[in-house]
Amino acid sequence: MNSIKKFLGIVWVIISVAAIFLLVQSAFAHVNHGKEDINKPTFWIIIITIFTPIAVGLALFGWYSLKGEYDMDK
Amino acid sequence: MSSEKGIWKVIGASSVGTLIEWYDFYIFGSLATIISTKFFPSGNSTTAFLATLATFAAGFIVRPFGALFFGRLGDLIGRKYTFLLTLVIMGGSTFLIGCIPSYETFHFAPFLVLILRLLQGLALGGEYGGAATYVAEHAPVHKRGYYTSWIQTTATLGLFVSLIVIITVQKSLTKEAFEDWGWRLPFLLSIVLVLVSIVIRMKMDESPLFAKLKSEGKTSTNPLKESFGKKENMKMVLLALFGATMGQGVVWYTGQFYAQTFLIKVCGLEPTQTNTWIGIALLLATPFFVFFGWLSDRIGRKGIILMGMLLAVICYRPIFTALHDMSDVNTRQEVSSVITTKKVINPENNSDSLVIKTTHAVYTDSTKLFQTDKYAKLAIKAGNNKASETKKVITLDSRYQWKLIGLIFILVLFVTMVYGPMAAFLVEMFPTKIRYTSMSLPYHIGNGVFGGLVPFIAILITTTKGSNYLDGLWYPIGVAALCFIIGLLYLSNKKDDDVSDDVNEYIHPKN
Repeated sequence: MNSIKKFLGIVWVIISVAAIFLLVQSAFAHVNHGKEDINKPTFWIIIITIFTPIAVGLALFGWYSLKGEYDMDK
Repeated sequence: MSSEKGIWKVIGASSVGTLIEWYDFYIFGSLATIISTKFFPSGNSTTAFLATLATFAAGFIVRPFGALFFGRLGDLIGRKYTFLLTLVIMGGSTFLIGCIPSYETFHFAPFLVLILRLLQGLALGGEYGGAATYVAEHAPVHKRGYYTSWIQTTATLGLFVSLIVIITVQKSLTKEAFEDWGWRLPFLLSIVLVLVSIVIRMKMDESPLFAKLKSEGKTSTNPLKESFGKKENMKMVLLALFGATMGQGVVWYTGQFYAQTFLIKVCGLEPTQTNTWIGIALLLATPFFVFFGWLSDRIGRKGIILMGMLLAVICYRPIFTALHDMSDVNTRQEVSSVITTKKVINPENNSDSLVIKTTHAVYTDSTKLFQTDKYAKLAIKAGNNKASETKKVITLDSRYQWKLIGLIFILVLFVTMVYGPMAAFLVEMFPTKIRYTSMSLPYHIGNGVFGGLVPFIAILITTTKGSNYLDGLWYPIGVAALCFIIGLLYLSNKKDDDVSDDVNEYIHPKN
């Protein structure tokens, strides 16, 4: 179980980086391309601002997992 | 701990206040259309910007900050006075929104509404953690899940009360009177509810665990630093977020809010009929918050919460497919249909005209369709025969009532599984001296950010080329699945009887 957690730690770090990349890419694809909320720059600034620290948190979670902080025998 | 009689006073005082806070928060959302016409008129870029901020910032950004601000306060000065303060701020803000003159007569109104809406978000961020902590710290051992589950019913009941108040006011007044001044009444009513709740809460004592810590001089001097600056606690905050509240938030919003959006906006069902049937499903499912809270005292919190997430992941697509099929008129046989057309000037282009086609159709199962299609003349001349705008309203026959209520009931049942034991689960994860701060942040990020974004990210996905009406569900399914995996691998199923003990119990159980 501990080795699975360590391996998954790397997966969480990768997901966190991918999530930020996807958000920024989606923002460029949608801003000013329509009249809905998702086409407003303000919406995307808020979303990216709030999601970036969460993604950093996921990366930190992954790092702790990789370092064995969540191991049963820790 | 408190006597059985005393605990019901604690639950009553905490739940009523929390319910009022949810009520205050929801009426702004439920009256968003009329609020935007009064305070955020279209065609003005500044007010449009402020409206976007009021819609998104209050839910996403300010709530976690409220959790930090009031959580810290609650761990420094106590639970009782902190969640009294959040109640005053929420009630005062709601009342003042009802008092602000409209943009026509007072151009500063949009700024004031935005500030008050942000204060609402801030207060909501501080309320829940206080109420859950307060009840949990009074609750007897082995009954913490049961007693705190009453707090968990307040979000659903707050939504329900807000809808009832708004519908009652609407039905008591003419349409003109409601749009002129009647919409203010639900906001103004808040001050009465809040005053009653404040009087009740003032009579309550401080949480016994916090009072003991304070008398011994063991309260935290810097709850933020202890919660997030120390690795031992920070890793538990992250685990609570990614292994529990993140999945709970998306399951909650999908069951209670996205289902409604899906039925009205995607399926085109008639709003009053849909809201009434959803209301019945909500009422029928609400006791299950308490049931699963009670059950979690017997078999553990983790299994119930994760089972709720897993069922949601597996069942969302079949359930939403069934909801869509129920409203699909293309599979029905038409009995009669009346089509009328008229021509008007295109409001977006004065040199063009619009052809408006209206269809009234009745089907063999008595389902009724009212559809309006708008065609721009210039577009038709250019060879584009596609309607520039289509609106349909489908009224289902009453034979579908219980089937639809049953499907929504199942969705809300998943909500009760993930949310019913959640307060006890979070309370037991953190030590008393930093509990308010530590549990509030993952809760509000999970619910406010991950949950609150369900409608927008679902729309974002469905607007992608090649997607269909069900693809919006991939966001809640994906987040719930991720949370399920993290919860399954990293969380322990231990029920923590002593809520003043070590933070690492959830990954290193003693027994």
